[in-house]
Amino acid sequence: MSASATPVALGAARPGLFGFTRAQAVGFLLMLAAIVVLPHVLYPIFLMRILTAALFACAFNLMIGYVGLLSFGHAAFYGMGAYVCAWTLKFWHLDAAAAILLGGLTGGLLGLALGYLAIRRSGIYFAMITLALAQMVYFFCLEAPFTGGEDGIQQVPRGTAFGIFPLHQDMAMYWLVAGIFIAGFLLIHRVIHSPFGQVLKAIRENEPRATSLGYRTMHYKLIAFVISTFLSGIAGATTSVVFGIATLDGVTSARSGDVVLTTLVGGLGTVFGPVVGAIVTTSMENYLAQFGSWVTVTQGAVFVVCVLAFRRGIVGEIAAKLRLSL
Amino acid sequence: MMMIFGIPAPLLFGQLLLGLINGAFYAMLALGLSIIFGMLNIINFAHGALFMMGAFAAWVLLHYLGIGYFPALILSPILIGIFGIVLERTLISQLYKLDHLYGLLLTFGLALVIQGLFRNYYGSSGMPYDIPDALQGATNLGFMYLPIYRGWVVIAALVVCFSTWAIIEKTFLGARLRAATENPAMVRAFGINVPRLITITYACGVGLAAFAGVLAAPIYSVNPDMGDNFINTVFAIVVIGGMGSILGSIITGFGLGVIEGLTKVFYPQASATVVFLVMVIVLLFLPRGLFGKTA
Repeated sequence: MSASATPVALGAARPGLFGFTRAQAVGFLLMLAAIVVLPHVLYPIFLMRILTAALFACAFNLMIGYVGLLSFGHAAFYGMGAYVCAWTLKFWHLDAAAAILLGGLTGGLLGLALGYLAIRRSGIYFAMITLALAQMVYFFCLEAPFTGGEDGIQQVPRGTAFGIFPLHQDMAMYWLVAGIFIAGFLLIHRVIHSPFGQVLKAIRENEPRATSLGYRTMHYKLIAFVISTFLSGIAGATTSVVFGIATLDGVTSARSGDVVLTTLVGGLGTVFGPVVGAIVTTSMENYLAQFGSWVTVTQGAVFVVCVLAFRRGIVGEIAAKLRLSL
Repeated sequence: MMMIFGIPAPLLFGQLLLGLINGAFYAMLALGLSIIFGMLNIINFAHGALFMMGAFAAWVLLHYLGIGYFPALILSPILIGIFGIVLERTLISQLYKLDHLYGLLLTFGLALVIQGLFRNYYGSSGMPYDIPDALQGATNLGFMYLPIYRGWVVIAALVVCFSTWAIIEKTFLGARLRAATENPAMVRAFGINVPRLITITYACGVGLAAFAGVLAAPIYSVNPDMGDNFINTVFAIVVIGGMGSILGSIITGFGLGVIEGLTKVFYPQASATVVFLVMVIVLLFLPRGLFGKTA
């Protein structure tokens, strides 16, 4: 997918903190300001949906945007993270922060196992293999006793975070979600702009060449996959705490498709694309929910339009206009 | 009652037959995916949706025009094939110069649109489609009762799969097709219209899916999600068989169907996941798939 990625090197001459260029630093500050101001204007619940969707999309973008591997099974990690988090919250009465972390670790461990299989192939095969593996996880969740089958795990109490912050109020929950999102966002940015991230990009551009330079490309791809699936698990777990529920919905291939669409709309391989994409797709789902299956039709149509005419995504187009790396 | 491995024989044979029937659908769908992939280098994510459209076409032909099962078996693939030509010419052909993943994303989007529209107009509950009179009833094979329609599905699928194989391997058109898959630029230099060949291939692959859809209509109810249930398994089968081998897709499709059927007898809990487990094992030891040639 190298054609779509914005030239990351552009304007990256003097990377500052976390490897932000000046434009990216401005974008990041604007995003921070929005995170602080918006809950006083819009529903915090709606904003939390956007933030978790954005974190999920950022995690997914790490694979497609910087390693060039399209995973069609990221819902497996998102959904399993949600299940484990909800289960430990409800039955072990774990601290919410610990439960979310446990959800992330579940996603990462599952990512290690499935990634070990999937990275043996690339391109279209990688997409099909991840899709099939995720389908296996779906059937497992359908049968396994701890997931509650079709009902899912319901009425999960939010509990407290770090032992002292009760989360039953939406604003308290919001700050936790915002903190998790920002930490995840910065982690990904840091990874991309580390020497490790440079090797990932080298693999994306020309894998045989990276191999010939002595890099064990398989290891790099697998580590990136584990980071991506860990954060997907965190995103799923956080969602389950916010809504107090973890269901089969989280592990369906439709969910995997959602995150692909979100990232594609925002801009594959851009820093802020997944966030903008999450705003667009979450709002779209929100406003179209009353029209039933028109949501699916619209999502499909957006896919088609994006692929045919709008491959750089919203942020990618803006970045290209302004000749910036965003 | 006769017992085999401690299992009553009728149960064993019954599940084997069910496995063969599922295998027949797997084989036809995997075959379509495989020939489309060979020429277009894209994975047709809309394949499940087109399979479903094939079944719906048969239903619509019967309910609005009174056209029965056997004509529908011919007409529906033609109609859906024409639809496929429109899709290929107007949308998919725009992407040949780009990364193959865009083709995947486009067809995935098309599948969502098609499925969503059918769900809007027909709901998710599904409509019955009766078995044609000529194929009703069952016959006693001595060791089990064989519902005639089910036997017909297996035979029809075998015939279609092997005719496809014969066309590709033994005819002049097939030779051109294989040549264009190997080296499109060279074939073009010989004055063969490669874009038209690509369109024909897509239409044929889609037609196969529609044919499978008509065969499936009397067995499963005709509903917008019927393709979904198959297609994810079919992707796993394509990974197991490896792309690029026609016979490979047919054998893997039927084989995995039978394995799935046997799992239902011996360890029912794993029947939904056994195909994926086989995929995992194949990936561990033969990452290119059982019959795959290219990486």
